[in-house]
Amino acid sequence: MIGFKEELYKENILEHYKHPQNKGALDPCDFTEKGVNPSCGDVLTLCVVVKDGKIENISFDGEGCAISIAGASMLTEFAKEKTVKKLQKMEESAMFDMLGVSISPGREKCALLAYGALQKIVKSN
Amino acid sequence: MNKKTRKDFPIFKNHKTLAYLDNASTTQTPKVVIDQVSEHYKKNRANIHRGIYQLSEETSSEYENVRKKVADFIGAEKNEIIFTSGATHSSNMAIRSIEESFGIKAGDEIVLSHMEHHSTVIPLQELAKRKKCKLKYVHPTDTSSISKKTKIVAAVLASNVTGEINNLSKIISKAREVGALSIVDGAQAVGHIEVNVKKLGADLFFFSGHKMCGPTGVGVLYGKRELLDGLKPSVFGGGAVSEVGDMGAVFLEVPQKFEAGTPPIAQVVGLGAAIDYLQNIGIEAIHAHIKDLHKYTIEKLSSIDRIKLFTSEENNSGIISFNIDGIHPHDIAEILSRNNVAVRAGHHCAMPFMKELGIKGSVRISLYIYNTKKDIDKCIEAIKDVKKIFNI
Repeated sequence: MIGFKEELYKENILEHYKHPQNKGALDPCDFTEKGVNPSCGDVLTLCVVVKDGKIENISFDGEGCAISIAGASMLTEFAKEKTVKKLQKMEESAMFDMLGVSISPGREKCALLAYGALQKIVKSN
Repeated sequence: MNKKTRKDFPIFKNHKTLAYLDNASTTQTPKVVIDQVSEHYKKNRANIHRGIYQLSEETSSEYENVRKKVADFIGAEKNEIIFTSGATHSSNMAIRSIEESFGIKAGDEIVLSHMEHHSTVIPLQELAKRKKCKLKYVHPTDTSSISKKTKIVAAVLASNVTGEINNLSKIISKAREVGALSIVDGAQAVGHIEVNVKKLGADLFFFSGHKMCGPTGVGVLYGKRELLDGLKPSVFGGGAVSEVGDMGAVFLEVPQKFEAGTPPIAQVVGLGAAIDYLQNIGIEAIHAHIKDLHKYTIEKLSSIDRIKLFTSEENNSGIISFNIDGIHPHDIAEILSRNNVAVRAGHHCAMPFMKELGIKGSVRISLYIYNTKKDIDKCIEAIKDVKKIFNI
């Protein structure tokens, strides 16, 4: 079979997919935002607790593909304790770097599902 | 069919090992269709029904000949065929025209099958919002929701998710009985099974050219002549009128009044060539081939652990949706793609049907004339690869 497939479904992606971090709704939380992928109908909801300009707690809920779930899992891990200001400056490329695999144009929406929701939250703050 | 048929399609010369299993989305184009479109541009290009010169007249008759061909293909009269840009355009146009012509009002009901494609669902939802109508979703054979309040009944002849060919005779005759108009989506049926609109009895029927070997950008709306005569157009412009004053226009007869603007002439010509190509093979032979392959695909897929199929064993247009427990459809399609197998994953523009099936999405295999058992075997091998990667 074609070799480059392993590049996408690396061990850490699959690990995050099967055992996602920070999964489940937070109650109470300060901000929630949905990320919707129109091509497959997947919806991830991000919950964020902000204290003193910092992300005190963050989680996501919903169903998705390996890329979107792993992305949400990694992003929520990354965002914890970071300042809102710093996250506002986080670019899409940082999300792709975090996933550490080459993402085809067709899967960009999956990779950026949680990222997009987080950006909406931090940019409205 | 099979190997020989595959040779008719130049795409497979450029993608020799491609297992193309996304035919419900769009089919490939045979060389005869590509050549016909190319010849049209080289030899017959002119606008239709406009120029008083030979080239325009020849092009007009080339275009009108296809209208007759389409009519014969689905058992209609020539003037009951309206060319559109595709099935979505057809359904939007039909629904808007009904709204304008039949005084749809608050409290009226619209019955639609839960299997409908978004191209039918959304125009009806928008109509219901504008006129404060009630939408009722039913199984395509269930007539219990159709009453005197019902003004429109919409149903799909073959589902684009499961391939099930619905028997619509009951729902159509009940619609007629209560004075409602019936609209049937034939996008997954025409070019797959014998379709005769007179036998079907629907008031309006539509399909796309590109799902039956024709070019993209052309579709058909059929309507019963007596209905079309009383139906107001919903797209306006040149070519559809006989006279225009400062305050209004006089519309031409059917079908011209529904074809404002320059139609997709080259695409219509290509559609004519596609019909010739399919008829040359024979619709019965096409259906038999797809049926055979559909059965083979079900057998092969069923042997895979943790798989759930969404299809019908009988009366099917060649579509099998499936899910594998624990793996998202997008991930399956991605790995299949990396093995040169093209399938669709997601909600297939049928979100109400996904809800009815209790799933978010699925992977969809859809078959056509050039597919072979080899394509299926390749797909099965790739699915095994998916399971290996996900360790399921």
